[in-house]
Amino acid sequence: MKWLAGTAAAGTVGPVIGAPGETEPAPPASPSRHPIYDPDFAKPGVFPWEKQFTAEELKTTTALADLILPKDDNGPAASEVGVPDFINEWCSAPYDDNREDSESIRGGLAWLNTESFRRFEKRFDELAAAEQVQIVDDICDDSIAKPEHKTGARFFKKFRQLCLGGYYTHSATWKHLGYVGNLPVAGPYPGPPQELIEKLGLQDV
Amino acid sequence: MPILTDRKTQTQYDAIVVGSGAGGGMAALILALNGAKVLMIEAGRNYDPVTETPMFHTPEQAPLRGERTPDRVFGHYDATIGGWQVAGEPYTNKPGTEGAFWWWRARMLGGRTNHWGRISLRFGPHDFRCASRDGLGVDWPMSYDDMHPWYDRVEKLIGVYGENDGIENAPNSSPGILQPPPKPRIGELMAKKAGKGLGVPIVAAHRAVLSQPLDGARLAKELFPSNAKAQEIIARDMSMRAPCFWATNCVRGCSIRANFQSTTVLIPAALATGNLDIITDAMVREVIVGKDGKATGVHYIDKPTRRDMVAKAKVVILAASTCETSRILLNSKSLDQAGLANSSGQVGKNLMDSVGTTLGSHIPAMEDLPPYNEDGAGGIHVYSPWWLVREHAKLGFPRGYHIEMGGGRQMPSAKNFGVLDSKAPGVYGSKLKEEARRYYGANFGFAGRGEMVPNKDCYAELDPNVVDQWGIPVLRFHWKWSDHEIKQAEHMQNTFAELLTAMGGKATPKSGRDAIQRPGEIIHEVGTARMGAKASESVTNQFCQTWDVKNLFLMDGAVLPSNPDKNPTLTILALAWRSSEWLMEEMKKGTM
Repeated sequence: MKWLAGTAAAGTVGPVIGAPGETEPAPPASPSRHPIYDPDFAKPGVFPWEKQFTAEELKTTTALADLILPKDDNGPAASEVGVPDFINEWCSAPYDDNREDSESIRGGLAWLNTESFRRFEKRFDELAAAEQVQIVDDICDDSIAKPEHKTGARFFKKFRQLCLGGYYTHSATWKHLGYVGNLPVAGPYPGPPQELIEKLGLQDV
Repeated sequence: MPILTDRKTQTQYDAIVVGSGAGGGMAALILALNGAKVLMIEAGRNYDPVTETPMFHTPEQAPLRGERTPDRVFGHYDATIGGWQVAGEPYTNKPGTEGAFWWWRARMLGGRTNHWGRISLRFGPHDFRCASRDGLGVDWPMSYDDMHPWYDRVEKLIGVYGENDGIENAPNSSPGILQPPPKPRIGELMAKKAGKGLGVPIVAAHRAVLSQPLDGARLAKELFPSNAKAQEIIARDMSMRAPCFWATNCVRGCSIRANFQSTTVLIPAALATGNLDIITDAMVREVIVGKDGKATGVHYIDKPTRRDMVAKAKVVILAASTCETSRILLNSKSLDQAGLANSSGQVGKNLMDSVGTTLGSHIPAMEDLPPYNEDGAGGIHVYSPWWLVREHAKLGFPRGYHIEMGGGRQMPSAKNFGVLDSKAPGVYGSKLKEEARRYYGANFGFAGRGEMVPNKDCYAELDPNVVDQWGIPVLRFHWKWSDHEIKQAEHMQNTFAELLTAMGGKATPKSGRDAIQRPGEIIHEVGTARMGAKASESVTNQFCQTWDVKNLFLMDGAVLPSNPDKNPTLTILALAWRSSEWLMEEMKKGTM
C-alpha cells in the first residue's frame, strides 16, 4: 500500500490517540504543507492513501448499504451520499483501528458473497431484493443469530455502524437527524424555543 | 528564514520573546505598545486563522469524514499543527515511572491558543494561598488582590463572556467587563435542574468568545490611559473583531476573530506598532549568557536551512510553553551544568497537569426533541465551579475541580451511533433511520478538571542519551499520581453518575484509578520553573524575573507554583501583562 514518503516517522506505535515515546528522526523540516499533519483547508480534503476495495467489493458494499439505509421520505439512499466510498476509504486507512475494521469488513463482504452463492448461486449484489433480505435477516442481530451465521452477524454489526457513520456525516442528510446547525446567526444566540423549555418544565431552572 | 515583517531583523533588540502563544503574544504586545523593539521567535510555522480556518467546512469534505486519527487526534479540522507527537522531536519517559507523560507541542504561530477551548476562569483567593490553607504544596508570592486588576484588564482586552455569580473562590470580575453569555441549551438546563437537587451549582461558563462587538474606543482608553498610540492601535484592532455568529466549533480557530487566539487578538496589534519583528520556523536551543552572568540573547536554529543563528537583546523572555521553557533553561549550560537560573534546583520540578475524568449517558428525556440550532458558542455554555470549598475534612482529598458538560445535537461525527447497537439491535432499512433520529443527540456528559498537588515524583529532566532532529537534548519525564488525585477522580465519577441518574440516564462510575486520564492528556501542564518569595525555593519572583539572571524572564505556564481547578490560560495572560509592565518600569529605571 502506498503511503506518503516521510510519514513513516509518524510513529503510530502505541494506543490510538498518539502515545508519547521516541519517534524516529524525521527528514529535514520543509516549508511545504503536509497533507496529514498540516492540512491545507482551502483545498478539498486530500485522501492520501490508496483505496483498496475491488470493483466487486464495492458492488457488494453498495447493495448492502442501500438495504440498510434505503432511499425514502427520510433521505436519499446510502450510495447517493458516498457511503460505499466512505467505507472503502475507512478500510483503506493505515491506522491500527482501521486496519482491524478492514479485516472484519472485507472478510465479512467475502462471507456475505459466499453465503449468497451457497443459497442462490449468485453474488449478493446480483440477488433480488427479497433474496437479499432473507440473508440479512439471518445476520442483522448478533444476539440471536444462529452459530453458522455468527461471522456474518459480527460483520453486519460493524458494517451497519460504518453505514450510519458515513450516511449522517453529510450536509445533505444531517437534517434527518434533527441537526440544523452550521449556519451563521446574527445577534445573541437564540437558544432553545421557549415552548420547548416550558414543555420540559425547565423554565424556572 | 521566514520573517513576517518587512524590515530586516536588527542586530540588537530591546527584548527577545521566545514563543508566540498566550504569554509570548501578550509580552510582545505590551512591550511593543510601550515602544520597546521586540523580536518574537516561534518554533512553528507562520499561521493565519483569518485565511486558514475551515469555517463551515462539512465532514464530507474531509478524510474519514473528519474523524479523529493518530495524526489528527482532535479531528481533521482541529487547528493544531503538532500534537503529543511531533515528527523528529521525541521525548522520553523514565522506564519504571508509573505514568507515561504525554507532552503536547503546537508548532504554529499562536501555539495552543489556536485550538484551545477558550475557557477563561480566574484563579481565586484560596488558590494563591493554598499551602497556608491546607499545608500542601507552596503559596504563590502574591495574592488574588494583587492579580485582580490584571484579570480585569485581560478580560477587557480579549473579551470574555460569563456572569458574576458570587461563588467562593470563583471571583467576580469588576462590573461591566464580562459580556453576556449565550443561553443554555436543553441538555444544560436539564443538568442544571439535576444539579439543584444535588447541591451542585451549574452557572454560565466564562469563555474568551465575543458575544457582542467590543467598544474599542472606550476599552482602549481605559486600558492604556497614558499611551495615545496604544489607544489608537488597540481601538482600531478591537473594532475589527466580529462577535460570534454561533457556528463553527472554536477548536477550528476563527476567521472572524470572534474568539481569543494570540494570532488574532495579540499579534496583529503588536505588529501594527511597527516595533515587532517575528521569525518563524526557528527553534531556540539555549539562552546565551555573558561573562557577567546576564543574558545577551538566544542561539536558535533556522529550521528550513538548518543554520545556527544568534539574536541579541537587552532582555530575554522565554514563553515557549511550560516544559519547552524549562528545557531551554536546562540546555543553557554555559555557566552551570545544572542549567540556567537553576541555583534553586527547581527547574524541571513540580510538574503538574489537571486531574481529568469523564462520564456520560444516554438521556431518554432528550429523545425526539423538536430540532433547534444547538451549535451555540462552539464550546461550553455552562459549568460547575467547585462547590465544596469548605468540606475538605469530610471529603478526604484536598483542593477541588470544576465540571465542564455538554451533549445534544452537535455536528454529526462517524462514531456517534454506537448507542444504536444496544437500543436498536437488528434494525435496518427505513426503521433504522427513525431510530437514528430518535436517539441522535439524546446524550449528555460531564468532564472534571481538578487541581493536583505538586509532588516530588512529577518532574522533567534532560534525557542523557536522546537528542531531537536539531541535536537538542530532549526531556525525560517522571510521573506518579498521588492518592489525593485518585480520590478526587473518584469523587468526580460519583458526582457525575448522580447527576446523570437525576437526569434519567444511567452510568456506572469508574474507580479513580481507572477513570483518571493520562498525565499530559488534559494539556494544562504547568510548573517546572515556579515563582516564589524566596530564591532558594523558586526560579522566579512574582514578576516572572529569574532570581539568578536579572534580565531573563519566564512568561508562560512554567512559573505557576500550583495548578488550581481553573484552566491556566487567563492567568498566564494576566501574569505576562503584569510582568511586562513591571519589566518596562525596570528598563526605564535602567536596572536591565
